[in-house]
Amino acid sequence: MASLKDLRNRITSVKATQKITKAMQMVAAAKLRRAQMAAESARPYAERMAQVLGNLASNLTPGAETPRLLSGTGQDRTHLLVVCTAERGLCGAFNSSISRLARDHARRLMAQGKTVKIICVGKKGYDVLRREFRDQIVELIELRGVRQLGFENAEGIARNLLGRYDAGEFDVATLFYSRFRSVIAQIPTAQQIIPADIAPTDAAPAVSSDAVYEYEPGEGEILAALLPKNLTVQILRALLENAASEQGARMGAMDSATRNAGEMIKKQTLIYNRTRQAMITKELIEIISGAEAL
Amino acid sequence: MATFQFDLVGPERILYSGAVDAVQLPGSEGEMTVLPGHAPVLTTLKTGMLVITESPQKGKRVLVRGGFAEINATSLTVIAERATPLEELTPAIIDADIAAAELLYDATDDYDRKIEIEGQIAQLREAKVALSF
Repeated sequence: MASLKDLRNRITSVKATQKITKAMQMVAAAKLRRAQMAAESARPYAERMAQVLGNLASNLTPGAETPRLLSGTGQDRTHLLVVCTAERGLCGAFNSSISRLARDHARRLMAQGKTVKIICVGKKGYDVLRREFRDQIVELIELRGVRQLGFENAEGIARNLLGRYDAGEFDVATLFYSRFRSVIAQIPTAQQIIPADIAPTDAAPAVSSDAVYEYEPGEGEILAALLPKNLTVQILRALLENAASEQGARMGAMDSATRNAGEMIKKQTLIYNRTRQAMITKELIEIISGAEAL
Repeated sequence: MATFQFDLVGPERILYSGAVDAVQLPGSEGEMTVLPGHAPVLTTLKTGMLVITESPQKGKRVLVRGGFAEINATSLTVIAERATPLEELTPAIIDADIAAAELLYDATDDYDRKIEIEGQIAQLREAKVALSF
């Protein structure tokens, strides 16, 4: 049986923890709003880009040489997985669900006899994947010092990927991140980025299709300039969605932690009061029986 | 005077959206002015000033660095890699850009790329002079 002092200490420590989780939840909520806004305001750019690219790719003169970023290398022997996770923990299942998706994907590919390479963006995914894929991980990109995710960060990663692609280090690249559906729902997603996976534009074209675009400089040059940019934009979108998802997941995790702490405090306080009462009763009985004995 | 729809989209936000009279673009093959009813063109952009004329005597200037423009008869969409409206522009930003470009210039050995960056630097210097900083 724990003494009263022990119980009191335990309650104080749980209370202190609750204060921390509460504060973290509040911080996450504030950051979430910003991250969500950033993700949403980046959306039009990505959409327009995809639209223009879709138009361009579908109108491409047959026979023209398509850039390798669109057509691929013609093989799929070496796969590169770009796994984007958070730099910090304490955000529920966020990091582990992305890592799990990447891990399953990697296992499946390896079972098919393909070569797998992994680039980790964010330390947490690296920590998880390192255990199983120590030899496959080629690089860890940390974004710890970055306060506000911007175009430059995505551009750096895109350049890195393009350099590796041009050097023939891989044939297919897949991006793993968590799509932000809502505060409580984040969906781990795998998206193929190289060769570019361009969905045919379902939306009615803004101009009648017989309007022929004039291209300056050439069609091929524009496509060649556009594809690396599209890569950057896709990565930027993934990073921003990831940032929003992370804060959402953390908010949820901290909310339930705060609730758990509250429950524990209630339970411990009940035990504390019972024990206190029992001791008082015991002391009273001792006094009374002592008086009766006289 | 007739107007057309103009959208300027940056990676992080929409910078401008509305009906305008004319827009002057720094196209990679040369400056051009887009008026309503323009033939459909898709062009890449170089570093330079984008001049938006909302109505006579009223307009805006935006410094864009790379990107592309999609032009058709009723609308113009500029997808800029980096864009800074004139009001937010300070000499420090341009200087930092010039410094970054010079660094890139020194880092690369590719001749074509060197020429391209040289052009960028010249454009930035020009912009700086034009704004009389």
